[in-house]
Amino acid sequence: MGSEIWIVALLLSQALILPIAQAAEPHTERISGSAGDVLEDDPVGRLKVFVYNLPRKYNKKMVDKDSRCLTHMFATEIFMHRFLLSSAVRTLDPEEADWFYTPVYTTCDLTPGGHPLPFKSPRIMRSAIQYVAMNWPYWNRTDGADHFFVTPHDFGACFHYQEETAIQRGILHLLKRATLVQTFGQRNHVCLKEGSITVPPYAPPQKMQAHLVSPSTPRSIFVYFRGLFYDVNNDPEGGYYARGARASVWENFKSNPLFDISTDHPPTYYEDMQRSVFCLCPLGWAPWSPRLVEAVVFGCIPVIIADDIVLPFADAIPWEEIAVFVAEKDVPSLDTILTSIPAEVILRKQRLLANPSMKQAMLFPQPAQAGDAFHQILNGLARKLPHDKSVYLKPGEKVLNWTAGPIGDLKPW
Amino acid sequence: MFHNNHGTRRSTAAARSSASGGLEGGGVGSPAASSASDGSSFRPSASTFWLLLHGLCCLISLFLGFRFSRLIFVLLFSNTIYTYTTTTTTTITSTRTETLTVSFPLTHTPPIETAVKPNNSAIELSDKMSNQGSSHSQVVVGRHGIRIRPWPHPDPTEVMRAHRIIERVQQEQRKWYGVKSPRPLIVITPTYARTFQALHLTGLIHCLRNVPYPVTWIVVEAGGVTNETASLLARSRVQFLHIPFHEKMPVEWAERHLTENRMRLHGLRVIRERNMDGIVLFADDSNVHSLDLFDEIQKVQWMGSVSVGILAHSGGPDRTLLTEDEKLNPPIPVQGPACNSSGHLIGWHTFNSIPYSEKSATFVGESATVLPGKMEWSGFVFNARMIWKEAEEGRPEWVKDLDKIGENGEEIESPLALVNDASFVEPLGDCGKKVMLWWMRVEARADSKFPPGWIIDPPLEIVVPSKRTPWQETDDLAGSKLEQDDRRFTRPKSRSSSKRKNTLPGQDN
Repeated sequence: MGSEIWIVALLLSQALILPIAQAAEPHTERISGSAGDVLEDDPVGRLKVFVYNLPRKYNKKMVDKDSRCLTHMFATEIFMHRFLLSSAVRTLDPEEADWFYTPVYTTCDLTPGGHPLPFKSPRIMRSAIQYVAMNWPYWNRTDGADHFFVTPHDFGACFHYQEETAIQRGILHLLKRATLVQTFGQRNHVCLKEGSITVPPYAPPQKMQAHLVSPSTPRSIFVYFRGLFYDVNNDPEGGYYARGARASVWENFKSNPLFDISTDHPPTYYEDMQRSVFCLCPLGWAPWSPRLVEAVVFGCIPVIIADDIVLPFADAIPWEEIAVFVAEKDVPSLDTILTSIPAEVILRKQRLLANPSMKQAMLFPQPAQAGDAFHQILNGLARKLPHDKSVYLKPGEKVLNWTAGPIGDLKPW
Repeated sequence: MFHNNHGTRRSTAAARSSASGGLEGGGVGSPAASSASDGSSFRPSASTFWLLLHGLCCLISLFLGFRFSRLIFVLLFSNTIYTYTTTTTTTITSTRTETLTVSFPLTHTPPIETAVKPNNSAIELSDKMSNQGSSHSQVVVGRHGIRIRPWPHPDPTEVMRAHRIIERVQQEQRKWYGVKSPRPLIVITPTYARTFQALHLTGLIHCLRNVPYPVTWIVVEAGGVTNETASLLARSRVQFLHIPFHEKMPVEWAERHLTENRMRLHGLRVIRERNMDGIVLFADDSNVHSLDLFDEIQKVQWMGSVSVGILAHSGGPDRTLLTEDEKLNPPIPVQGPACNSSGHLIGWHTFNSIPYSEKSATFVGESATVLPGKMEWSGFVFNARMIWKEAEEGRPEWVKDLDKIGENGEEIESPLALVNDASFVEPLGDCGKKVMLWWMRVEARADSKFPPGWIIDPPLEIVVPSKRTPWQETDDLAGSKLEQDDRRFTRPKSRSSSKRKNTLPGQDN
């Protein structure tokens, strides 16, 4: 008798809760990842960050030397610094800080063509850490375990653009215990360490907002992609660039009317993305690309072709429900894969993408707004708190070897 | 992500790893070099020998290219490489897989399959991680094959599925961002059977089929119902009403405009009799419509007006009638509402026909510029309730009763005759700034012949060249030689030879 009443009560309560849960705006859908519904969390009050005051040569002087650092896709490190300086989570008292931030710009040494050279970056980072270790006691207290660094380069803290060399170098030894905030993410890869926070690359938000068209413009392109398929300058043989995946896309689908793919960059690039159902985001020399950010902002379902990639904020955003993942070996049957996705699944993905907090989480607006990528980074750091007792070293214990790594790195900067 | 590496940077990388041939072999050069050093560490006694061999191979590869040197290294050092696992991959052809679900790649080893491309072998570095014992890293760095399926062309069923997906997506977009409560459309088209009717009507049919709202098409045909029109409409898959009109279409343009007006009024009377509901739109069969138009006219309350782009042209050779600065900014003649700065209707833009006064066409098919009327009917839309018999609530007093129009036999020039006060007309399309339909009149001569339904049945047995067709040699049916000779025009020879060709089939018969 009692159990029946329980069952009835349970059913009634479920019947009541479900319609309330679905009362959200019907053409978007709430996003909750493996860490829960955390996209809209407010980090203020959940953590405190202390920003080290490094000499100008580590940050401001580099930007002054070349202001292109502020607009390229690695500008995250600069804008994160500026955000933290004026943020409510900043504390001026290092004793109460949970996390320590070192503002060193390692991706601001640019070639005349605008590409960052990573050759001095290990030395710059090492020099910054030595400065911090000498002038404040907090580095030696934990050997960097409660410090975080922003390393947005191609392969993160491996500090090289070429994957084989990056793998051979590995992550800079001094950063062994620190938390890294980086764009690179690939499972089981040397250059992604456990506990890193993956972030999207920097894409200028105003430039994208300027090209928005009315959402009633019918989406009439099935698959859209603009970019290189072969990199003849650096990979004349073929087969190295993108592990052959981009070339495979071209060779298989260049004559397919459903695929609007080419290397030609039209001025209506952003508008065309808003008229497409799927946007390809294949790997290049590194698995990540700003295309993901653009696809999310413009509501085009991203098709990720990069094996084992770790996408930004993977614990807060359930990417498997939003994007379509295609293994590199399955690229020849990409058209079969995409056309056999049921229409309801596609509509659901579009609803998730239409959620404004999703778009906001991919952007780095100036000044910062609630729910944007800066806040997601802080949320990620807050989720790692409280620090385990083991991060605090016992007196006399040393974990880091300050002379490890290639000899070239040990040269002072 | 990394778009344009400088070639210089890769060459410095290559220079830093010991040079083992070639400029671009940075990635592959290093394992070969380190394998060389590995080789030397395992045989200290023969280190000088290996060094000499290494130098020799460097020299060879400098002259012959790094592919050769790499092959040499594979052959010589494959048995001494202990720390790096080597796998050879070749470009694979995979038949189209039937997998429909996508998932993260499971552990797999790169397969060894038959090659398609001529380059065959590659050495691959596996991840350092796999050496350190971590299990599932199967993404290898190095050279990969480019997978191409044997038939890299679209499959029609998949294309159809993609179109259904796109249709569903657009339906959803309309549901959320489009017109909230769409009203059905009633389209009135005057037509008559003539040479270019199939051309114009097919275009209009396709346009109406793409309109996302329910459409009722009233086709008023001059001269009564004909089989040509009926067969075109039967295949159209648009809901239509085929109404006969007792007059035949006159040959003179001026008369034709007036007859068309009467035909449109006739269509309006049909709507009135049947009390059809919706938005009335006049679509001439030779006009060109944009799909935006049908979304825009949903906004009309009682009577609205849109801009019509006028594509008047001359059938004859192009004569420049433009002044100098007209050539710089060519004016596109647009007929439609004119608004003041606050968006209120103040007047109408009409087509300036003065430059054409000497040279306009008077009868259908004349090779001169065809001019539109003063005010094209296609630029006006109105709510069907406006012409209903019973005075509906909300029907404005500035609308005349339809029965009273044309009563006394006067000619109706423009739909503004339907209203007492033209200032109540609503300007649509961003106050006429957006042009969503274009007026064009392209007609063949009234006495031109065309096969009924544009079908030649039974097929012609004898083909005779018309006066100006160059006739080629038709011996070699393979055709390639024909294409090469295409441009050559040898008139007397061809004519005589064609005459001979033509008599042959006749003789065979």
